[in-house]
This record gives sequence, C-alpha cells and structure tokens, in this order.
Amino acid sequence: MSSMLPLFVAFPLGSAFLIALCKNKKFADFWANLCTLVLFIMSLQTIGILKTHGTMVYKMGNWAPPIGISLVLDGLTVLLLVTVNLIAFASCLFSVGYMEKYTAKSKYYALFLLMLTGMNGLVLTGDMFNLFVFLELAGVASYALVAFGTEAEELEASFKYMVLSSIGAAFVLLGIGMLYSYTSTLNMADIARILSYRGLSVTTLFIGVLFMVGFGIKAAIVPFHPWLPDAHPSAPAPISAMLSGVLIKALGIYAILRVFFCVLGFGLNPAFLEILRILGVLSMMIGVVLAIGQWDIKRLLAYHSISQVGYVILGIGLGTPLGILGGLFHLFNHSVFKSLLFLNSGGLDYAVGTRNLKQMGGLKEKMPVTEKTCLTASLSISGIPPFNGFWSKLIIILACIQARHPGYAFWAVIGSILTLSSFMKVQRYAFYGAPKKVMKKIKELPPCMQLAMIFLAIICLFGGALLLPMFKNSFLQPAVQVLLNGDKYAEIVMACLK
Amino acid sequence: MIYLLCMILFCIGLYCIIIKRNLIKIIIGMSIIDYSLFLFLVLIGYRMEGRAPIYSQTQQVKNLVDPIPQALVLTAIVIGLAVLALMISIAIRLYEKYGTFDINEIRKLRG
Repeated sequence: MSSMLPLFVAFPLGSAFLIALCKNKKFADFWANLCTLVLFIMSLQTIGILKTHGTMVYKMGNWAPPIGISLVLDGLTVLLLVTVNLIAFASCLFSVGYMEKYTAKSKYYALFLLMLTGMNGLVLTGDMFNLFVFLELAGVASYALVAFGTEAEELEASFKYMVLSSIGAAFVLLGIGMLYSYTSTLNMADIARILSYRGLSVTTLFIGVLFMVGFGIKAAIVPFHPWLPDAHPSAPAPISAMLSGVLIKALGIYAILRVFFCVLGFGLNPAFLEILRILGVLSMMIGVVLAIGQWDIKRLLAYHSISQVGYVILGIGLGTPLGILGGLFHLFNHSVFKSLLFLNSGGLDYAVGTRNLKQMGGLKEKMPVTEKTCLTASLSISGIPPFNGFWSKLIIILACIQARHPGYAFWAVIGSILTLSSFMKVQRYAFYGAPKKVMKKIKELPPCMQLAMIFLAIICLFGGALLLPMFKNSFLQPAVQVLLNGDKYAEIVMACLK
Repeated sequence: MIYLLCMILFCIGLYCIIIKRNLIKIIIGMSIIDYSLFLFLVLIGYRMEGRAPIYSQTQQVKNLVDPIPQALVLTAIVIGLAVLALMISIAIRLYEKYGTFDINEIRKLRG
C-alpha cells in the first residue's frame, strides 16, 4: 500500500509539465480538475489505509532510510493531505470560470499544480532537506502566482512576499545545515533518535530559534506577518483561497509542529508551549483588530487569516489532548471556511468588478448562491452554532479553561466577537441594503464556480460531525496522538522499517 | 574561525535587505545571504587534507570529505537560482510600471 505515497508528488508534478507543454485551454481545464479530483479521492483513501495499516514508510528508490529519502504517512500527515487536496479541488473547480479573464490559463494551472506538489511533498516527507526543497517548490510557485495579474500592486506584493519568504527559507536552510553538522544525518526519525539521547543543549535551542523564525514567516504568525495582508489579496481569488486556506498551514504550522514536536523533541516542554500560546494570542488579537478597519474585502479576509492561525497555535500551545484536538480541528475548519470566503470574494470581484465593500450593496437578489454560501462561511468563522467553526472554537476555549488558563479563554472569546462584528459588516455592505444603480446588470456566477462554493459550504455546515466518535477516531485522533507522542516518533518510524 | 565569515556574510546580506531602498540592491542582499549559506553547507563537509569520497578496494576509507553537504549545496544553488531569476524578472516588471527601482516610490500597498 505504501507505493501510493509517491503518487501524491509525482501525479501533480507530471500533470503540471503536461499542462505547461500543451497550450490547449479546454484540455488544461479538464486535466487539472481531473488531477485534483483524483488526488482528493486518494487522500480520502489514506484515512482508511492509516486505520488498517498504521503508520507507513515508503523508501524512495528502495534505499534504507538513514541514507535514502523516506516518505512517512502518519496521523498528522493524513489530516494535512486531506485538507490540502480538498481545498485544491474546490479552488481548481472555481478557477475554470474565474480564470477566463486572465490570459495564459494553462500556465496558471501548471503553477497551481506545482504549488500543490510542493505542499503534498512537504507534508509527506520524512527527510529534513527534502522538506526544504518542497518548501521552496511550493514557495516559488506561489510567488509567481501572486504576481499572476502583473498589475502594479500585484508585482509589488509579490516582491515583498518573495523577499520576506526567502529570508524565512534561508533561516530554515541554516537550521538544517546546523542540524546536519550536529547529528550527521538528515532523516527526521534518525535526528529525533540522536537528539533524544543527547538531550537539550544550546545548539538545539539555537536551531529551534532558527526554525521558529523561518517557519514563523511562512505561517505569518504575528511578529512575522506583514507580507500576508499584501500578498494574499493580490493573487487571483482561487490562489488566495489556496494561500490562506492551506499554504500557510502546510508550510508554516505543519512544519512547526513536525519539526518541534517530532524531530527536536521540544513537544511538551512548558517554556516552548508558553511561547506558542503567547504568539497565538498576539496573532489572534492583532489580526482581528487590524481586520475591522478594512474596506477591501480580500484584505479584510487576509487579516482574519492571521487571527485564525492564532487560534490554531493557541489550541496546540495548550499541550493538553483537548487543546491539540481543538487546534487541529480548527486548522481543518479554517481551511474550509476561509477558502470559501476567498472564493466568495472572488465571485463578487468577478461579478461586480470591485473589491471595495463601499461600492457594493444589495447583491442579495442578484447573487443568491454567493450570498447564502458567504453567510454560511461568515457564521462559521465567527463561531455561531451549528457551523464547524463553532465546535472547534468551543473546544479551544474549553481546553483553555480546563488547562487553567482562563485569561487565554477570555481573549479567544473577545477575538470571536470582534470577528463576528467584522463579518456582519461584510454581509451588510455587500449583500443587504439598497442596490446601487450600477448593479442592475449583474448576474449570478457560472455553474462551476457555484458548485465549488456550494461544495465547501456543505462541509462548513456538517463539519461539526467530524467530532462524532466514528469520524474522530479515524481522522482527528491519530493526528492528536502524533503530537502527544512526539518523542516516540523515531521509534514508530523505525518500527515500520523492520 | 571561517564559520564566523559565513555569519558575517549572512549579516551583511540581512543588513543590505533591511537598509537599502533599491530593488536591485535588495536582490543583491538576498544573493549574499544565499552564498553565505552555500559556503556554510560546504564547510560542514570539509575535512583538513581530505580526499574525494570515492570508494575503491585499494584505498583505506580514511579522511574522506563528506559528500552529502556537496549534494545539498548543489540543490540549494539551483533553488536559489530559480528564486533569483523570478525576483529579477519581477523587478524588471516593477520598473516598467513605476519607472523607478526606489521602494520609497513603489508603495501602493500599505502593509
């Protein structure tokens, strides 16, 4: 069964080259959507495979792991694989209609699939340097995609993003170099094994700081966030959905979790968790306060991404099983509703031709599907029952109280109320109120774009069901176990090789 | 001692990115950071009076240079080249739009 793992990298990579070579637009539409659909179905299959076979390791080229590169499938990887491929599928479906106004659609799909390759590879890999390569692969594709419109703002945002992100990658590479010279190996399990008997030293702490800065820039945690509110709104809407929905999570949060919990073994160190909590609360509050004053809908959503990432970090930073469950569940939920909101904003931009909320109004009758799905996502991100965002925020707040941090719970509630207020503004100005005169000719979006939005809205509505024991035990709980047993990562992976 | 040189190069690059107001100089700073890292990676594998890591039955396996960092540095150079090419092409497009490389004048976004 483990022979399926490299397909997650090989299939989109091959498709990207095929689409780039073949300039036919219809073919590009068809093949890219087929590719993402197949990947999505495959990622769902991995849930079942994980349940029956447990953790799996694939040896690249049949070289035994401390020497060769390995791909590792465990609970955390499955969670991220499903999230990434789900959002990729919805965004790709949305692109069919949305990208008509741009030229060079086939180049767009090629870059899109390259970015997907990078993210799939990053969450699967069990090798530190391989992680860096995939990080840069996804990164370079996303720089190009942010600048895809080649307008002045887009180029400027892309340049800013590229410089900051490359500095982040440089810190990661420096950290990997130091880790290699300290342990003489690049395999994650092997590094974890060697570091566990060497214990905590100044070198590991320094490497930890380098990784925190590097991946922190990729995840847009608060002191490292300034690129995000420029870069995410500038990209085409499906790409914004990918960037905000999964890129910052796969490149940032997943990498932080994997490296710190499984490889460096800082996992449940109280000082490290305290740092995560403080960063989480800072991101949560600063992101949401900056969001309230925004009138550009995509910019507002981008600030909310910073804020919601704060919730994820806060939940995981609690270090209790309930807190980690809440954090990871919120990671999945945020991917779904933030992608949906970006697709809605793209739909508004497509129909109305502006992203400024003040110039919209009264679109409720004209665009019923967009209105309904946007309402679903807004209620979900603000944490209103029964939508999925409510359940994950509830778990995080309960976990804060359970872990005797009522202060953090208080801030989480305040953040949630501020989120609600800013999304009431979006609904009020975009969809309700008197229609503007220029809005007479507006029509509802093409069917494929509607389909993508409805698909995500249904997941928002029923996402809370993932907490039922039958889904939780096969999807969320294995990921929680990986983080809780971070110090056993080496043993688990080594046991698979025998 | 020579590791200190890497660190100095790294800091020069970082300084250049933070202080300089010209797109091209920022790109140069980025390259300096990259080069300091390549130097660092190669130095990790270096052995005093080592020889090439080629295995043969007549020779003793002794004092070999570590080949892995060399493989890593090649990969890192290729990635660095891709980023550099993209950066320069975007800088050229920015110049077409604004007619300047000065980042004080290229600020339609507020961050």
